[in-house]
Amino acid sequence: MNRINQKLKENKKLLSIYFSAGYPNLNDTVSIIENLEKNGTDLIEIGLPFSDPLADGPTIQASSTQALKNGMTTDVLFNQLKDIRKTVSIPLIIMGYFNPMLQYGVEAFCKKCQDIGIDGLIIPDLPVDVYNDQYKATFEKYGLINVFLITPQTSVERINFIDSISNGFIYMVSSASVTGSNSGFGEEQTAYFKRIADMKLKNPQIVGFGISDNKTFSQATEYAKGAIIGSAFIKHLSKNGTDNIDSFVDTILK
Amino acid sequence: MTYNITDKGYYGEFGGAYIPEMLYPNVEELRQNYLKIMAEPSFKEEFDQLLKDYVGRPSPLYLAKRLSEKYNTKIYLKREDLNHTGAHKINNTIGQILMAQRLGKKRIIAETGAGQHGVATATVCALMGLECIVYMGEIDIARQAPNVARMKMLGATVVPALSGSRTLKDATNEAIRDWINNPVNTHYIIGSVVGPHPYPDMVARFQAVVSEEMQWQLQEKEGKTTPDYVIACVGGGSNAAGAFYHYLENTDVKLIAVEAAGKGIHTGESAATSALGKEGIIHGSKTLLMQTDDGQITEPYSISAGLDYPGVGPMHAHLYKTGRAEFISITDDQAMNAGLELSKLEGIIPAIESSHAFAILKEKNFKKDDVVVINLSGRGDKDLQNYIDYFKL
Repeated sequence: MNRINQKLKENKKLLSIYFSAGYPNLNDTVSIIENLEKNGTDLIEIGLPFSDPLADGPTIQASSTQALKNGMTTDVLFNQLKDIRKTVSIPLIIMGYFNPMLQYGVEAFCKKCQDIGIDGLIIPDLPVDVYNDQYKATFEKYGLINVFLITPQTSVERINFIDSISNGFIYMVSSASVTGSNSGFGEEQTAYFKRIADMKLKNPQIVGFGISDNKTFSQATEYAKGAIIGSAFIKHLSKNGTDNIDSFVDTILK
Repeated sequence: MTYNITDKGYYGEFGGAYIPEMLYPNVEELRQNYLKIMAEPSFKEEFDQLLKDYVGRPSPLYLAKRLSEKYNTKIYLKREDLNHTGAHKINNTIGQILMAQRLGKKRIIAETGAGQHGVATATVCALMGLECIVYMGEIDIARQAPNVARMKMLGATVVPALSGSRTLKDATNEAIRDWINNPVNTHYIIGSVVGPHPYPDMVARFQAVVSEEMQWQLQEKEGKTTPDYVIACVGGGSNAAGAFYHYLENTDVKLIAVEAAGKGIHTGESAATSALGKEGIIHGSKTLLMQTDDGQITEPYSISAGLDYPGVGPMHAHLYKTGRAEFISITDDQAMNAGLELSKLEGIIPAIESSHAFAILKEKNFKKDDVVVINLSGRGDKDLQNYIDYFKL
């Protein structure tokens, strides 16, 4: 069974953390992953940097730009991760935009992910219908779970369709925004989290965008299975480097 | 083989809507409505009326006698430079502002490179009394001060794009992010035949008025609706899409798309996307784009700020791939000299973008009785400083 599915069966709220590979320094990738696991992170999203990240706010954009300047490429990332399964056992997901994967070759990319022990992919600009028509078979051949996003504007019909073709979890974007935009959740978000929970989808939901601390983590996971932190962790890295990752995770899970 | 768009939003293998889910409702709303709205008699009537009375259409089809003599062929100029705001860009912004009104949108966003599309958008927003926010790369804001001032006079807010290379592609990214953050009340007026479906098709249809007029103007002057050649410059490709539109399926009409080679195709300072690009995804569209081996989008260069886009519209990628259009790239030097020549021979100072199209006259041999239409997409006022610097005027 895929590590993501196993993890989703655990009887706890899951903390997923995103970071841009190659940031703050090119070769921090493995140590960040190991530290996050050691300190209680349940799932990690490794960001493959892209020059034009449309869905991301300034924090993740800046970390991507810096990572590219540091020399991060798809090959470099795969090379850094080649022995990751010797030390890390939690689910690992690569999150990136579609163009770098397309240039690498989608099948070659998926195969490499399987070889390394990557469990899933999140590709914000790969549309559901294109995935379903052209790439689903390839992803499944290499045992990869593709994670789709829904937003407060996504129609019920479309949510049900996305649920039907998903086999891991659904990435629930907390509000109409790019990453890193919000501070705190209001009634509107809570109502949306509850509305989706009440749909009783076959895939659990993990909330992302706008989660930065213990409070927003608790709010997001009141109805959902877990929550994803990205920009807040990148900010921590930009201030502290790879030191004190334990204290960052502790403040979220305290 | 068709050169038009399919129901699914593709030109051959190019096009589609490669967008984050956050944009899906906005783009889907537009996709479901744009053809319906464009077909409404009241829409057509208002669009035609504004093109006539506000933009000044039809734009003349002018027989350039001295230029024709020099190149020993028959050259007509489609005078988009005479439109209000000085270029073809306004054909699209008029169409899209009417579309936005019918979709009930109250807030307009746009991207701009040199500022021409930003000015055209600010103009129609002033006309309709709608809020207008234009994203423009920080570097372009510094380079294009007069257009920034124009937009401000017209009541628009100009927001600097500070990310990435701080030019057109980043301004486009910022506009898309704004749309993600404002999914309900905002319409995004894209300035070229780029972006996710239905934008390339919608913008091409609004620009199609250019070739629609050419047909009856040629009928009047030549007794037939078709020329032998249509020549247009291509950055994103909206003026070329308009000039080619009604001739796409008629292969007797030869189409020439002119890209900016900058300082030379292989100098690393070029915007010749068909020559240097590979298939990929940019701004929600599968098309040809300039990128690294690793799939990172690279920064193009041209002396003309309207042609330095790292991608090209999916229609043009398809025209290139199928060979329906011939793609030729022209260097800065060739373009500048062609612009000077047109000024001296015909008394018309072209935009540097359009000058690229005129440089083809030295590259191709046309027959004496060929009818060649060159789309003169914009006037050169905005480029005066560039011409001054280049020719030490």
